[in-house]
Amino acid sequence: MPLSQEEINRPLSPHLLIYKPQITSVLSIMHRGTGIVLFGGSLLWALWFVLLAAGSTAYIQGQTLLLSPFGLIILLGWSFSFFYHFCNGIRHLLWDIGVGFELSTVRKSGWTVIFASIFLTSVAWALGVMNGKGLL
Amino acid sequence: MRYESFLKRAQGLGSAKSGVYHWLLQRITAFALIPLGLWFVGFFLLLLSAPYPEAIHFFSSPWTVTLAISFIIVLFYHASLSMQVIWEDYVPHELTRWCLVMGTHLLSFFLAILSILSILKIYLT
Repeated sequence: MPLSQEEINRPLSPHLLIYKPQITSVLSIMHRGTGIVLFGGSLLWALWFVLLAAGSTAYIQGQTLLLSPFGLIILLGWSFSFFYHFCNGIRHLLWDIGVGFELSTVRKSGWTVIFASIFLTSVAWALGVMNGKGLL
Repeated sequence: MRYESFLKRAQGLGSAKSGVYHWLLQRITAFALIPLGLWFVGFFLLLLSAPYPEAIHFFSSPWTVTLAISFIIVLFYHASLSMQVIWEDYVPHELTRWCLVMGTHLLSFFLAILSILSILKIYLT
């Protein structure tokens, strides 16, 4: 049955696109988003092991691709997703044992997660670049 | 083992399904991934720019291989449990949802086996 004009214009309950983004909701959405990115990444690591077992030609091709500018963008996305999901995952595990439920604490731990994940990603890249140049 | 209070059990109002077990396993795998994930990132940093013979040599240590296989198992377990929740939240059509959940479980299982066998092949040859 087609909806009447009155039914179409009925008010909606507040949903994702209506709410003002808040640190709590944005971080929660990002936890899911980065989780999906990491699932994609796990396909890549499976492929990496397959290539390594397949022999030097296949492995070097894969390695060249991952160290190309395109591959490095993928790695940057993956590494940030990893560290974000890692830090925020610890925050979730703490909530699961009942720690840090005060709203002020939730906001503080949220910002801590953001800064910690950026910091850890930077450290990992600094170490990676140094290792690539034979400095480690 | 049952994860419900005595009162709930007495009232017979406990869940008939396996939600609590799913929830608990997701947390246990998450907890295990804290050390395993950090190890993998560090390991991969070294592996990434290593030439092929050196990369192969990394997998000659039983410690490395044990850690790598543990990481793979826990990673894909956690991933398939979590993807299941995402499908269940956003896909309203029952059959489509069931196919996506089962597809994700099977794909994760397949990729875990594939990774483990590849690692063992390098270790044993």
